[in-house]
Amino acid sequence: MKFATPAGENPIDRLSVVGRPVPRIDGPRKVTGTARYAYERHDAVSNPAYGWIVGASIGRGRVVSIDTAAAQAAPGVLAVLSTLDFAPLAPGFRTTVHLFGGAQVQHYGQAIALVVADTFEEASAAAHLLTVEYEVAPGRYDLAAEAATAEPVADRDAPDYPVVDRIGDFEAAFAAAPVTVDQHYTTPDQTHAMMEPHATTAAWRDGKVTIWTSAQIVAWHRPDLAKWLGVTEGDVRLEAPFIGGGFGAKLIAQCDAPLAALGARAVGRPVKVTLQRPLVINNTTRRAGTHQHIRLGATRDGRLTAIGHVSLNGNLPGAFAEAAIAPTRLFYAAPNRYLTMKLAALDLAEGNDMRAPGEAPGLMALEIAMDELAEKLGMDPVALRIVNDTQVDPREPDRPFSERHFVECLRTGAERFGWDRRNPTPGAQSDGKWLIGMGMAGGFRLNLLLPSAARVRLEVDGGLTVETDMTDIGTGSYTILAQTAAEMMGVPLAAVTVRLGDSAYPVSAGSGGQFGANNATSGLYAACVKLREAVAARLGIDAADAEFRDGRVLSGDRSVALAEAVREGPLVAEDGITYGDLDEQFVQATFAAQFAEVAVDGFTGEMRVRRMLAVIDSGRVINPTTARSQVIGGMTMGVGAALMETLAVDVRHGTFITNDLGFYEVPVHGDIPHQEVVFLDYPDNKSSPMKAKGIGEIGLCGVAAAIANAVYNATGVRVRDYPITLDKHLAGLPRVA
Amino acid sequence: MLLPEWLLNRREFVAGAAASGALTTVPMVGPSPALAETAPTNAVRLDVNGEPHALTLDTRTTLLDTLREHLHLTGTKKGCDHGHCGACTVLVNGTRINACLSLAVMHDGDSVTTIEGLGTPDDMHEMQAAFVKHDGFQCGYCTPGQICSAVAVLAEVEQGVPSHVTGDLTAPMALSNIELRERMSGNICRCGAYSNIADAITEVAEARG
Repeated sequence: MKFATPAGENPIDRLSVVGRPVPRIDGPRKVTGTARYAYERHDAVSNPAYGWIVGASIGRGRVVSIDTAAAQAAPGVLAVLSTLDFAPLAPGFRTTVHLFGGAQVQHYGQAIALVVADTFEEASAAAHLLTVEYEVAPGRYDLAAEAATAEPVADRDAPDYPVVDRIGDFEAAFAAAPVTVDQHYTTPDQTHAMMEPHATTAAWRDGKVTIWTSAQIVAWHRPDLAKWLGVTEGDVRLEAPFIGGGFGAKLIAQCDAPLAALGARAVGRPVKVTLQRPLVINNTTRRAGTHQHIRLGATRDGRLTAIGHVSLNGNLPGAFAEAAIAPTRLFYAAPNRYLTMKLAALDLAEGNDMRAPGEAPGLMALEIAMDELAEKLGMDPVALRIVNDTQVDPREPDRPFSERHFVECLRTGAERFGWDRRNPTPGAQSDGKWLIGMGMAGGFRLNLLLPSAARVRLEVDGGLTVETDMTDIGTGSYTILAQTAAEMMGVPLAAVTVRLGDSAYPVSAGSGGQFGANNATSGLYAACVKLREAVAARLGIDAADAEFRDGRVLSGDRSVALAEAVREGPLVAEDGITYGDLDEQFVQATFAAQFAEVAVDGFTGEMRVRRMLAVIDSGRVINPTTARSQVIGGMTMGVGAALMETLAVDVRHGTFITNDLGFYEVPVHGDIPHQEVVFLDYPDNKSSPMKAKGIGEIGLCGVAAAIANAVYNATGVRVRDYPITLDKHLAGLPRVA
Repeated sequence: MLLPEWLLNRREFVAGAAASGALTTVPMVGPSPALAETAPTNAVRLDVNGEPHALTLDTRTTLLDTLREHLHLTGTKKGCDHGHCGACTVLVNGTRINACLSLAVMHDGDSVTTIEGLGTPDDMHEMQAAFVKHDGFQCGYCTPGQICSAVAVLAEVEQGVPSHVTGDLTAPMALSNIELRERMSGNICRCGAYSNIADAITEVAEARG
């Protein structure tokens, strides 16, 4: 089904199952520990051997030799795979790194060996017996030191924008503006820190391999794995029914997948491999840190006349730039604009996608700058954003937003949060020893349209079976797909079985870029339309005017049980959604207004988030329960970004020293108060037949800045370098009673 | 003896560590230490979820890997293998511990309760049901540890065990929101379901009265 014109009324609009807060259908399995993740497939594989990955202990250079003799002689060891015995695995989709093979070390922690043994303990112990000789090359590990070498660079995911994107005359407008902000902001390198480390179990049979792995997008893994293993895609079966989080870390294959398969081939036995937690951080990908220079010029009544946003970051040669300027292109009106990114070469683990790539770090800076502008104007930060709302692409005024209700997000949020109780004077509100502040920020994230397919089968018992290689990384895919099928076919939710994450199923959009829910359900919508046609044909009913409801098919004065259609056997339909140019005719995006109240200990500078509210405009909400969870999850990650998360780089050796969950601090229960989420109800008929949009990333966008602005409101000390740790404002805190 | 033995050992250890740090640029000199031909094993008896098990285990095997790899009870998760994340939380003789930080041989004769021992999909424990109702999870990987911890937290409060944020140690203990959050802070949820987890635990606590 090609979606090329705005959706009219369709069966989803009944909202008898879709739009309802039904609990997750996979919930009982997850809470009882019976959902099996990639390393746990005792049901499918008996007697696996265990692989232990050894990472390079230099940041850049060459492996000269690996003495494997002692390891090979160690108890239980079945094989030692040395990187020197393999040709480099060619870089896969959306990456520049060689995951394994060859002598070259591109970054610290790169896999250089796999030790395979009968047990986990034997593999681990033997791995420590390898003797590795390196030739160390000088590496570039310090972004500040490399800044002068950075070159302007295009946006990988928006290549049509000019590298230096100028509209109007930024310099003249900025110079003429009566009120300006001209500041630098930094965001650190971050790691996804999903709870399940990358893991793979691999088993060969007759030249074909089955790979159970933790993958967000099955179809982004399979072609690379086939290439690396020297087999056809058809010889690779990939299964990922449960994934312990990803946030971008599992979009593309990491070394566990090819190494498990290569190890299994070497020892003639299934092998399972997981990345040790420190390797997750140093071996895989990061969200690249940024240095951002933002200049805002405004009239005295708060209208932006000039926006300048220059973002610097660093990555492996040939890898991409974190698109921190992405939200600035579309968020606020301003006639004169200057936006560009610069990229320096850094020999650190590759910067790549992490939840809301571009938007998350970009808004961390832009939305502090807006707060600073509001203060200079003597204007309320909410009002400043309302004044600068745009309903069209500032670059192409003929291109409107499909739906944009950001102003309503702001107004609703301000009212619900009690924003009128905020004292606009920073450092002037206290509660005993606590300095109290309120802050807010806007959130913006594009809605992305990708093809997605599904298969749906009406079984002879009246049940429905949905199959697609879509994944559920915690997002609720199982549940919202079941809701979609139930709504389309007029059956109860309990009649639907959903099977996901198998390369044998039709190719979906997968989970990433907050594009999973809208596209995958739309692909299933298309398959269900086809199934409705097949049912109608069997029953001799015109599909065009048939209604599917309560297990029956209704047409005119006819009412036939759905089960009648499958008397002679099940009916199967397969289809997918593809898109026309509605995302070119219209800007499709999601919006948030984020509010936070923070208490800062006046003596120690310690920060506690007391209240949080997000108001979200993201099209139709398919399931308010799972959607709310996506948003509070984003808000929680935003607290981490604001107050604690940082990959500290040892610039001598090119390694992230905050390389585990003890030193890379993420929010815990104690850090997170009760969180409120409000969804505006604006179905977007330009987005898809579901009229939904992305939800998985907008919840994160703007959160860190809202907290930063709240901290400033509490203390009067403006911190522009994330994370905001107490050492950065302690000396400037006002006196408390 | 002039120097305590531990200090001597520590000095040797530090010297050795420094030497191996330099090995990144030069080849290791001399042979690597060899491992024994077979790993030492020990007999371990465990009662897991009411079932007795007699195992012979490599002495290096953690309680976590014993559960996951030997007994195939994979509900208990390995998130970090360092004791940082809490995904491996189980109850040993009624007390919650990180199973990754404990060797199986330390638990001979112990009674272990894992997530599988609390309930099944068709017959969930009240805490499991509350997590489903309040959507107290997303990816599900930290969830068994969260639930085992939550069950233990309620028992700890009932027994009057104080926490870091307990104010008056002589007053009857109550599960305030901050008490709950403090006591659950050893269980990381990167999906960020904390607000919902707190709701789930609070509901179970209040139902118990």
